[in-house]
Amino acid sequence: MTTALADPTSPVPETAPVARSGHRRTWVARLRAAVLGLLGLVGVAGLWEGYKAVGPEEGVLVGENRVLPRTTDLAMPHVWDMVQRLFEPVTSLGDAEPLWRVVLDASVVSLGIATVGWLVGTSVGLLLAVLMQRVRIAEWGLLPWIVLSQTVPLIAFAPVVRSWGSRIEIAGWEWPSWLSVAVIASYLAFFPVAVGALKGLQSPDRIHTELLRTYAASATDTLRKVRIPAAVPYLLPALRLGAASAVIGTVVAEVSTGYLDGVGRLLVSYAGQASGDPAKAWAPIFGAIGLGLVAAGFVALLGALMRNYRRGEAV
Amino acid sequence: MQDAVRIEGVSKTFVTRSGQVHALADVSLTVGEGEFVSLIGPSGCGKSTLMRLVADLEQPTAGTVEVFGKTARKARVDQDYGIAFQQAGLLPWRTVAANIALPLEIHGVGRRERRSRVAELAEMVGLSDFADHHPDQLSGGMQQRVAIARALAERPRLLLMDEPFGALDEMTRERMQSELARITAETGAAVVFVTHSIPEAVFLSDRVVVMSPRPGRITSVITTGIGRDTARDEALRESPAFFEKVTEVRAALHGAPVRSPALEGR
Ligand SMILES: Nc1ncnc2c1ncn2[C@@H]1O[C@H](COP(=O)(O)OP(=O)(O)O)[C@@H](O)[C@H]1O
Ligand SMILES: [Mg+2]
Repeated sequence: MTTALADPTSPVPETAPVARSGHRRTWVARLRAAVLGLLGLVGVAGLWEGYKAVGPEEGVLVGENRVLPRTTDLAMPHVWDMVQRLFEPVTSLGDAEPLWRVVLDASVVSLGIATVGWLVGTSVGLLLAVLMQRVRIAEWGLLPWIVLSQTVPLIAFAPVVRSWGSRIEIAGWEWPSWLSVAVIASYLAFFPVAVGALKGLQSPDRIHTELLRTYAASATDTLRKVRIPAAVPYLLPALRLGAASAVIGTVVAEVSTGYLDGVGRLLVSYAGQASGDPAKAWAPIFGAIGLGLVAAGFVALLGALMRNYRRGEAV
Repeated sequence: MQDAVRIEGVSKTFVTRSGQVHALADVSLTVGEGEFVSLIGPSGCGKSTLMRLVADLEQPTAGTVEVFGKTARKARVDQDYGIAFQQAGLLPWRTVAANIALPLEIHGVGRRERRSRVAELAEMVGLSDFADHHPDQLSGGMQQRVAIARALAERPRLLLMDEPFGALDEMTRERMQSELARITAETGAAVVFVTHSIPEAVFLSDRVVVMSPRPGRITSVITTGIGRDTARDEALRESPAFFEKVTEVRAALHGAPVRSPALEGR
């Protein structure tokens, strides 16, 4: 808003303060982000190896409590050992697949389940938010339950969901066990979406809702033209949180329902083998981190697609 | 000819936590078809409230508000007025063109017709070259012009404007005043224009309605005698007749022809 004002009769139009070099700047920013990310990775590996080299074998203890881990190869395998282990066969059997392959396959399965959970959770969260925005009483009646729902520990109801699921059979269709995992993931994912979306739907300035009122616009039109677009800046962090929750929920639910094909089971069973094969236990951890990165990347992509709705944000 | 606005014996009391606020007391005012009427008075005298009653954004505590012979509510539902607030109130995620198109979109105007109407309006407010820009890429004056174009989108016979130029610097303000005068002369719409600038009120209006606060009431109505067909330009601003009316309005505002600091700096 710094430009001189336009004279509509003047033949030379006013130039608005548009960043002309915007494209180059975003590329520079992206490159810098990539380099920083890489440096961060190298930094973590360096810290790991550095501590392992100089830290005491017994770890660092304050009183009775170990505040830093032991530096033995058992507790902290070398970074290169962990990487090398990825390319070795899972088991000593002759035709065993390489470890990375097994972890990748399991991670892809988990990612699929997490995606279903995220989609279901997001839809439910959005619907609840719209309902709560529309009907005041619904907000009073629902919001406390929504908050309360998240205090139920996952470990407590995961087996319940599984046993309910196993009893469902509709016209020959049986409730698959992965669906129980997805339901639990959605249970975690819907919460941030419901809360964030509600806040976003309630965020429009009064001037905008009043404007729509002067147009005698329906509630649906107000929702479509003002509330939902205005909610995007609130929705994106909520979706990101929801995606993270869906990933964590999937992994934990895989473990607690005893689902066999995901990365959750690998985490448990390889951890059991850690005394003999410490580097192996880290492979599914990398897999789980990868899941989180894919989920975050996907939401970042969504954010980029919706950047027009985020013009108020300081990006 | 039917009156655009007929306000009779209107009072408005807001009930707040800290007590009642008598925003308006027994206000009566008629705005003829195609007439330009300014509401002027110190802050808090109920100018915005009066305009919001006409827009059916508030309901009167007593009295009646008619717009083109209908209730204010019916007139709002029938889209008989266009409105512009002090802030432009543009949707930041929409381009200039899409902002202007918003009311047309909501009222189901077809894409083709919408596009040509938007082009026409953008031309009218001198923003054709900025149709694809977003509000954050525009200056305050340009944003306000978009808001005015949006208010005019459905060719309302009545325009309600609440200090639309309040946030603009003096130079822009004067230019916008001339533009508004030209546009309303072209469209023949009646205008209810809230302002706290005396020269602005005189420059634009057929009649200037002077209000006083606590409770808000109309203290005098001054006919400027500047016809609709008189060009609103620099010459008018320099003319003795204009100065005379400015002095008259100032006298009416302050009860005496002396400058009081009370109205300055608002
Ligand atoms: N929604 C509201 N609730 C309570 N008081 C209000 C409300 N709107 C306006 N008022 C009060 O009514 C009086 C007139 O306000 P307003 O019409 O905005 O004055 P103006 O536009 O002339 O500055 C003020 O005292 C203001 O505080
Ligand atoms: Mg006001």
